[in-house]
Amino acid sequence: MISFKQRDVISILHFNKEELLYLLDVTKRMEQTHYSHILKGKVLAALFFEPSTRTRLSFETAMKRLDGMVIGFAESGATSIAKGESLSDSVKTIEGYCDVIVLRHYLEGAAQLAADIVNVPVINAGDGSNQHPTQTFLDLYTIQKTKGTLEGLKIGFLGDLKYGRTVHSLAYALAYFGAEMYFISPPNLRMPKDYMEELKNRHVACHEAESLQDIGKRLDVIYCTRIQEERFADPIEFEKVRGIYRLSKPILEGLGVKDDLKIMHPLPRVDEMDESLDGTNYAIYFEQARNGIPVRKAILATVLGVIE
Amino acid sequence: MKQLDVSAIKDGSVIDHIDSKSTLKVADILNIKAEEDVVLVGMNLTSKYLGKKGIIKIGGKILDQKEVNKIALIAPNATVNIIKDYEVVKKFEVVVPEVIEGIVKCFNPNCISNYGNTKAKQHLINKNPIKLRCHYCERVMGANDIVLI
Repeated sequence: MISFKQRDVISILHFNKEELLYLLDVTKRMEQTHYSHILKGKVLAALFFEPSTRTRLSFETAMKRLDGMVIGFAESGATSIAKGESLSDSVKTIEGYCDVIVLRHYLEGAAQLAADIVNVPVINAGDGSNQHPTQTFLDLYTIQKTKGTLEGLKIGFLGDLKYGRTVHSLAYALAYFGAEMYFISPPNLRMPKDYMEELKNRHVACHEAESLQDIGKRLDVIYCTRIQEERFADPIEFEKVRGIYRLSKPILEGLGVKDDLKIMHPLPRVDEMDESLDGTNYAIYFEQARNGIPVRKAILATVLGVIE
Repeated sequence: MKQLDVSAIKDGSVIDHIDSKSTLKVADILNIKAEEDVVLVGMNLTSKYLGKKGIIKIGGKILDQKEVNKIALIAPNATVNIIKDYEVVKKFEVVVPEVIEGIVKCFNPNCISNYGNTKAKQHLINKNPIKLRCHYCERVMGANDIVLI
């Protein structure tokens, strides 16, 4: 029997296929059934050392909709961290105030470090360019809900595949479901070698390209990502790739894409997806963002042991 | 009687079957510069298994497990002999442990293990060729990425 009680949610690598499907099943129950009061008296500490809108607000909403409480900060400037307190000391202190910690940090591995130190469950809400597992759960849920299956899909990942942690996590997860993956990026933002090797070890059919030409028409889903200026140390390197991909309705039609193609994006977008896409059947990115609520309800309820 | 390429030592440790190119790196790991007893280093010696091998003999020093583990990361084929009164009293092959703590620096500059007092930690995911996954940032390191602390 699968149980997530007291479990840390750090990396998609820590979850097998059955556990992912279990979580998607609980998410569906969360969406279809009106649960309230199940987290009454529980406190979530949301520790965001890096900016976030959707992840932080959807965790807070999920907790509050289930009658739990939220403490924390959206930036570390007004906390003891600004005085030089270490992450270890911060989480050791804060664990005494809460039942679960949600952590976003600019350093890779921060959530794992916190999980090793504290006794309450730690949920990784993004660690540098490494992992963002709860985004992956909601991405999987969105694909399953809109395509009717997760099995055997042709998925195109477009944009910043080097620093895009959502891409890394989702590619690993989709490897369990026999997906064929197309990685479309400029040469300096290609999927890192480690990830490509890991996917090939898992017998995933992987293809790399620099444009959607000839590929677009094969895809069931395009997972588009923003090219993240904040990850570039050199502004000249960023300027070389800024605005390199711009999806719009006419462009998609020109590519001869399937009628039931779905466009996803972890948001925020800048200029990679034209607003002309918003009202089309292709666009599911706002639905994807909304799915953050049932997914995060499911994660909180399971790690806090109130739902089995 | 067989002529030894590198003289015998009375007491101490002999690290044999080092891939020749890694010999000086192993010598560095063991910090032989600080040794006061006899230290003998041989490179490009003939080896049936490796073609060319390296050997290091350190007088008066018995290697501990942590040092042996470090050698395993650089020279996975090496053997370690402990010598007493010119006799081998213990012989063991180096083995890369499943979990490596406080030995290898993560090569990812953005990894939390490179900040504060966090002790670096990796998991062995492949023995030959050696591949380590950082416990924290999950980056995979190959032999060329390994930098010892």
